[in-house]
Amino acid sequence: MEPVLASPASYDLFGFIPLWLFSLIIPVVGVSAFVYIVVRRSAPLVRAQPDPRLNRIPERVGRVVKLWLGQYRHPRYRTAGVIHIFLFAGFLILSFQSISMVLMGIKEGYHLPGFSGWVGAVYDVVKSYAATWVLAAVVVAAVRRVVFKPARYGVPARYGGKPHTFEALLVLFLIATLMITESLYEASYAAAEMNAGGHAGFIAPLTLVWAFSHLLEGTTTASLQGLHVGSYFIHDLTFFFFLCFLPMGKHFHVVTSLFNVFFMRLDTGTVKPVRHGVSDEQLDDLDRFGVKYFEDFTWKHLLDFYTCVDCGRCSDNCPANAVGRPLSPRFISIKGRDYAFKHYPLSGEIYKGKELIGTVYDEDEIWSCTTCGACEQECPVTIEYIDKIVDLRRGMVDEGMVPQSLQKPLGSLEKRGNPWGKLEKKRADWAVKDKEFAGKTRVKLLDKGDEAETLYFVDSISSYDDRMQKIAQATAVILDTAGVDFGILGSMEKDSGHEARRFGEEMLFQTLRDENREAITESGVKQIVTADPHAYNALVHDYGDLPPVKHISRVILEAIRAGRIHLNGSDGDGKVYTYHDPCYLGRHNQLYDEPRAILDAIPDLNRVEMARCRDRSFCCGGGGLMLFYEPEEEERMGVMRVRMAAEAGANVIVTACPFCLVNIEDAIKVAGLEGQMEAIDLSELVVTRMEGVAEPEPEEKEAAA
Amino acid sequence: MEILVCVKRVPDTSENEIELNREGNDIERDDLVYSVNEWDNYAVEEAIQIVDKVGGSVTVVTVGDEEDEEVLRREMAMGANNGLLLADDAFQGSDGRGIATILKAAVEKGNYDLILTGALADGGEAQIGGMLAAMLDVPFASVVNSIAVLDGNKLKVGREIEGGNQEMSEIELPCVLSIQTGINEPRYVGIRGIRKVASVEIPSMGAADLGLDASAVGSAGARVRRMDYFVPEIGDGAEMLEGSTDEIIEKLIEMLKAKGGLK
Repeated sequence: MEPVLASPASYDLFGFIPLWLFSLIIPVVGVSAFVYIVVRRSAPLVRAQPDPRLNRIPERVGRVVKLWLGQYRHPRYRTAGVIHIFLFAGFLILSFQSISMVLMGIKEGYHLPGFSGWVGAVYDVVKSYAATWVLAAVVVAAVRRVVFKPARYGVPARYGGKPHTFEALLVLFLIATLMITESLYEASYAAAEMNAGGHAGFIAPLTLVWAFSHLLEGTTTASLQGLHVGSYFIHDLTFFFFLCFLPMGKHFHVVTSLFNVFFMRLDTGTVKPVRHGVSDEQLDDLDRFGVKYFEDFTWKHLLDFYTCVDCGRCSDNCPANAVGRPLSPRFISIKGRDYAFKHYPLSGEIYKGKELIGTVYDEDEIWSCTTCGACEQECPVTIEYIDKIVDLRRGMVDEGMVPQSLQKPLGSLEKRGNPWGKLEKKRADWAVKDKEFAGKTRVKLLDKGDEAETLYFVDSISSYDDRMQKIAQATAVILDTAGVDFGILGSMEKDSGHEARRFGEEMLFQTLRDENREAITESGVKQIVTADPHAYNALVHDYGDLPPVKHISRVILEAIRAGRIHLNGSDGDGKVYTYHDPCYLGRHNQLYDEPRAILDAIPDLNRVEMARCRDRSFCCGGGGLMLFYEPEEEERMGVMRVRMAAEAGANVIVTACPFCLVNIEDAIKVAGLEGQMEAIDLSELVVTRMEGVAEPEPEEKEAAA
Repeated sequence: MEILVCVKRVPDTSENEIELNREGNDIERDDLVYSVNEWDNYAVEEAIQIVDKVGGSVTVVTVGDEEDEEVLRREMAMGANNGLLLADDAFQGSDGRGIATILKAAVEKGNYDLILTGALADGGEAQIGGMLAAMLDVPFASVVNSIAVLDGNKLKVGREIEGGNQEMSEIELPCVLSIQTGINEPRYVGIRGIRKVASVEIPSMGAADLGLDASAVGSAGARVRRMDYFVPEIGDGAEMLEGSTDEIIEKLIEMLKAKGGLK
């Protein structure tokens, strides 16, 4: 059948200007401009620090399939997530159509390879529906932006106060234009076919093409010809304008997110080395430590800045942001991106900026982070924050910019191996000096010549804090009951250094790590147990070269399952329990189920979940050195957390971390909920439930061990 | 401006549990950890800040032995340019006047515009600054909590006065100032910083280098001798406030006002 309309490739404007010329010039100019922009945008990445990310390729491909292609994290925010999935799927599907349309304008009747036969016919139907749902999604997204204005898109006064709505709406407008013109281009042809009395082929019902072709019925063929060519060129121009507009703002993610997910940090709980490729011994000779200038970030961290979608999910989950501390992870990225745009302009001189602290970021902003990891857990495009914060802190520590409130505990860690400056020789007092406890449970002292299979690594807070010593004692009772042959390092144990490292004092951390590692190796133990998630995380992720490490919750659960620990019921104590996931047990080490299984092993225990639980758990206020930091905040994180427990209908908060217990017990008092709410450590709870249960006979105990 | 800051290595009271030794004339020093006297640390920070603004150099000096070198290194890691250790067996057992005599000799070996000391140290005597100024015959200001460099070889210094009042004075250089805590926020000294200056050679001077007569300093020259040292019996001075919470609060506020703690 003869074409009813001239295609853009064969149409001559005013009868003598061949339009294929424009169809050729537009993509050539568009693609050249895009390449130029991307090259300019890559300039800071080239100058940034190394960050080898080409390892574990199959795992990386898996993450791309799950997080990028599968949009796994998006539905955590239901409405926005579903809208995005429709847009994303539509983009993927329509990308083929867009490319073939560009080429169609140059070569008449062009089809992408493999799209000519039935595949093309099926594809045409699918892409027609895709274009339709994309337009629908655009409308819903625009209405959300303009009418419902979700709070997380707002821009607080501290960050300029001007919402980023214009960019969002402009992009929605561009997408809508693409969908409409693409559909008009096809619909005008179909309508012309109908005018010619010919068969219009199959038009997928209820699609934009279908609707437009019906609307255009009866329009003169001459008008349809204009519409056909006109919509083509509007589409072509919009397409290339959009392409070049992407790297101008948050829509750069359309290009970068695939790479950002592929190169994502694969492990949780870790902290990046000070400088990749520089050994611990060479650190003293580095002339720059941590991040002081923009180019001290690694290239991946700069790619993070480019990839930030400004969606606000990180800040919406950030406990520091929630309590009014001067930190919003979203603006760590947006300010970083704006810095890159300003100092690495698309044309003209690239210029070096000033030190970041005091110009782009504030000291308090960077100290406000508890490294809880809620932001990273949420980010759909896997942007990293903890490593950036730690790197910025390393830079500040090296410059001596450390708040007075933190200088004291850091000094004590250096001199005494614990942040309170308590005497080393008193580290084992909880095990020896409490006569009632020592009479029942013997704790072997590995520093005093005892030998044991298992090391109980207590760490500072459970060793020295009056209240938290109860956790140490409960842990010892559990290990004893479970038949574990265990001992402690006593005065040879130093603070794990977990927070020293995360607060940027890398060299102090390394000193503590080396001392502990040496003491552990010398003790000859075969495995390590700890009840402190921060110590656990340090031993597992920061130390290396150690015997296997277990958190006490795993030991308890194994002992229950093996019948070595029996728990009696709560006998209708009328209490409602809820479990608070410590950040360094849950998000950083994925130990969500073990503590819950232990609670559920207590007969008749009534357990409820808080709205924020598991990987959306809300930080209690932070552990280690964070206990000493005096932040600007409107409220304590712990108080918010206690209220969440109350909202869930609980009156007992069970946790499995001494720092969580400190913060939550304080928060109960601050919130005025004393008598209505209580907090207890998992180990303590287990010990109270073991009471009155007949202990296994000694033979059984040995057999079990 | 050439600034000399006198520093002292002291047992860190917040890191230690102070116990008396068996003889009862000193504290038990076996389990002690030491640090720079807190006031001195503020003085060094202030000196570094002045030099950052107007140029010059900061020298830190201490009277002691090799163990005391550690505090000089820490202050050099902080940003002091030079260290000077005044060590001699003859200095052992010096009283305040003896220490001031040694420091005076060291000052005269250099060419300093400004000499800073901490307002006081672990002994609580707060005497070195004043004695040193008198011996050098230069002006002195104590418990200084702000310093501004003026034209014409002068400083404007703020002093903390009883009852929270503030005094501002002009003082001519060269002079000695004893520095109060809170004058600034001393920077943190990380382990990396200390390691960087670990191998810097620190000059040491003894009595002969300083031109001092050994009998004028140390226990030979001391005119003050410690006779006893003890922890006083804890008296029963505690007063229990009674009544409802509101009444207790009211009484407490009254008492705090009466003692000048509240205005």
